[in-house]
Amino acid sequence: MSDNSPTSGKQLVTMTVNGEQTEVAIEPRRVLLDVLRHDVGLTGSKKVCEMGDCGACTVHLDGAPVYSCLVLGIECAGKKVDTIEGLAKGNQLDPIQQAFIDHDAFQCGFCTSGQIMSLKALFEDSPKPSDEQIVTAVSGNLCRCGAYQNIVKAAQAVRDEAKPETRNDD
Amino acid sequence: MNTPINNSIAADMGAAMQDNVSEDQSVVSRRGFLLSSAVAAGGLAIGMYLPSRADARPGMANVMQNAGGEGVFAPNAFVRIAPDDTVTVVIKHIEFGQGPYTGLSTIVAEELDASWSQMRADAAPADADTYKNFAFGTQGTGGSTAIANSYEQMRKAGATARAMLVAAAAERWNVAVSDVSVSNGVVSATANTATFGELAADAMRQNPPKKPTLKDPANFKLIGTNLPKLDSRIKTTGKAIYTLDQYPDNVVTAVIEHAPQFGATLKSFDAAEALKQPGVLAVKAVPQGVAVYAENTAAALKAKQSITASWDSNKAETRSSEQIRADFSKAARKPGLVAVSNGNVDQAINDAANIDKGRTLDVEYFHPFLAHAPMETLDAVIQRQGKNVVSWLGSQFPAADQKAIAKVMGVSPKNVTLNTQFAGGSFGRRAQPGAPFAAEAAEVAKAFGGDRPVKLMWTRDNDIRGGWYRPLTVARLRGAVDASGNITAWDETIATQSITQETGMDSGKQLDPKVVEGSKDLPYGIKNHRVTAHQLNTGVPVLWWRSVGHSHNGYHTETFIDQLLEMAGKDPVAGRMALLGDHERHKGVLQRVADMASWSGTHANDGRMRGVAVHKSFDSYVAQIHEVSIGNDGLPKVHKVWCAVDCGVAVNPNVIAAQMEGGIGYGLSAILYNAVTLQAGGKVLESNFDQYRSLRIHEMPAVETSVIKSAKAPTGVGEPGLPPAGPAMANAWRALTGNAVSSLPFTATANASARRKNTTGASS
Repeated sequence: MSDNSPTSGKQLVTMTVNGEQTEVAIEPRRVLLDVLRHDVGLTGSKKVCEMGDCGACTVHLDGAPVYSCLVLGIECAGKKVDTIEGLAKGNQLDPIQQAFIDHDAFQCGFCTSGQIMSLKALFEDSPKPSDEQIVTAVSGNLCRCGAYQNIVKAAQAVRDEAKPETRNDD
Repeated sequence: MNTPINNSIAADMGAAMQDNVSEDQSVVSRRGFLLSSAVAAGGLAIGMYLPSRADARPGMANVMQNAGGEGVFAPNAFVRIAPDDTVTVVIKHIEFGQGPYTGLSTIVAEELDASWSQMRADAAPADADTYKNFAFGTQGTGGSTAIANSYEQMRKAGATARAMLVAAAAERWNVAVSDVSVSNGVVSATANTATFGELAADAMRQNPPKKPTLKDPANFKLIGTNLPKLDSRIKTTGKAIYTLDQYPDNVVTAVIEHAPQFGATLKSFDAAEALKQPGVLAVKAVPQGVAVYAENTAAALKAKQSITASWDSNKAETRSSEQIRADFSKAARKPGLVAVSNGNVDQAINDAANIDKGRTLDVEYFHPFLAHAPMETLDAVIQRQGKNVVSWLGSQFPAADQKAIAKVMGVSPKNVTLNTQFAGGSFGRRAQPGAPFAAEAAEVAKAFGGDRPVKLMWTRDNDIRGGWYRPLTVARLRGAVDASGNITAWDETIATQSITQETGMDSGKQLDPKVVEGSKDLPYGIKNHRVTAHQLNTGVPVLWWRSVGHSHNGYHTETFIDQLLEMAGKDPVAGRMALLGDHERHKGVLQRVADMASWSGTHANDGRMRGVAVHKSFDSYVAQIHEVSIGNDGLPKVHKVWCAVDCGVAVNPNVIAAQMEGGIGYGLSAILYNAVTLQAGGKVLESNFDQYRSLRIHEMPAVETSVIKSAKAPTGVGEPGLPPAGPAMANAWRALTGNAVSSLPFTATANASARRKNTTGASS
């Protein structure tokens, strides 16, 4: 714990992060994003706009996608928080992650965790989404690099269970 | 404990074959060898290398420190071959999405005849000489030069390593060098085979060839193919570590309040309220503003809000954007420093207007200040460690940043370790010749004192309001078309701010080539051609923004030619083609894009129209056709873009296509929506993405890219996709609505929005 401020005002909060019971002592004003990154050590979710405009901090709270910059840490007491770090099962990537690799669906990578988590929520609700549903699901996820086209391709590949085009990867 | 961490070199497409532990172990050993072998190879100041965060758990750090470099083959400063067969390329360019980790590794792997799955990449340390960019003469990334300047160097680095592996094999098997072949990471001769790792130790003892033999490009196996990017796996699993993700033990979170106007300075501040708040450690004045130090982000941000500061704006820029525009506009009414002057433009325009029944066109263009607004704002972690300083930041000019940090901290540059991090975008923002951000981060660390690591994080409003913008630019273009439909005159006057003079790279008053790039070299054969420029000062710091001078000059030249061609009764494609003379590569991409789109004029189906543009920048040639309709908001909706690019040898076609798409999306965002607006008094209006918006995924057009096959040396791709995007869209919009938008962005221009009622049936 790196917060050395007086413990008065902190609350002990237990949440299930990526399947693990996690206890943090946090001030009520701190947002989930900051708690995940600073206290829990999960830095895959990114801080970009801090106003719910860009989606780079998207995680799942009890299975639903939320902007973790707009959720207070204490609101998550007793709840299930899932982040990009929990998506792969051991070495087995989630099909969305694999599709992002296959289709180069990122450039700088800073928005990627949020894009994947938004799509993950979509696929859990509707395994065969329409193109329009795909685009709507990630319309709140900004990508300044403009990797959008490949993000859509990756999501379509997951839906269609398509094999990637042959590539020279030995 | 948390330890400052670096990304695994194994930016790990190969990791799928390994479990996480062995992957991490391989990182451990490679970390060690990179350090030791690099030092052995050239006494390089390699930074502290530690494994990815997953490894940086209690007990792991020691494992890291003790990892040795036994048996590692380090033929030069760029290639490391380990006993485990991994080949690590030390990358002298920062990776922020434009692909140098993959690109430079591809070139090495090609000449080495390595298997792609054994390739790894890692950031080079700060070293202005060893890792210099040949385009700059110092270490740095920018100007779309990563592949272009590294191509021969990486080929030689790979070929040298290959030759030494072959020599080692020949010696071991007692065969002639000419009998040894290398393919897919395996060295063989007659019945003998060996992997690179098996030969690494012996290879180290061989003499490097004086002049390594390079492959005939006809025999390339990897270059020109779509390889999986080396940073794919860590960037899709949340493991990639950026500066923002560094939480070393005992880290102090710092935020900063800047002056509200450019050039204003701090008079006084009151932090009494802030200092009472839990978690707040200190509030200090620094030359760049007021720094707030806290135990976490929430405490720092809350404290920043409760500080009252007063500023001296005597020397500040207090003009509004509107006033600056008026001043620039006034200057642009008269010619400035001459870049080109052929024939007599005044005479030709006068003749067209008054004598030979021709027509003239006179348009003033306005290009606003633009912020780069990368996803990751500027940030840095700086820690004093005794007489040394260690820093982590997404540095585009590492040697300059290292020097700036050293100066502020009062140590020698050699005592400053700079760990270049992945960066969440840049678009030019981190390319700072004078290192103002590194200096600011160092001032903030120094003012706190002690030896705790200090992490300065800019907020989004620091970013949008932080200056170093694409310069505000006014351009006046005059043209003439004679009665026979020939374009007889082109007179362009650009009023802008010089970036090289702003950044201190050029203190003179001579013409800055970046101001007139893309205009001076207008490829169209127009007999009377003049381009001049006024380099005007403002108090607003400016910087290169994706495609630099081309970002404004590309827009106005390609929309202006389109209008002149219409006046001349010419088709936008055929008319350009006829004027391109012997500019074969311009013509090549234009023809290709016309073929891709089956161009037959501006008309398209479904209420859409098409526009075209072609522009050369960073030695690459790009042509685009955009198909556009009127969106529900009355603004252009771009449905489809065809894009042809000639960038010489296409090292990574997938990366090239991605950069074209990115340039188009970034460019359209700016042209349609973006401006940084100085209000009366000089304060910036916009502060976050709600007022400085980008294309969203549902607004991104479908882009189809075709890369011209070429054997010429590779040229840039990070920026050249942008300049034609705006004008191609705007030309389609003019065809659709009759509105020629000359004042940007579209959202700020009254005539940009179509009145749907008057334009229905535009396509019929």
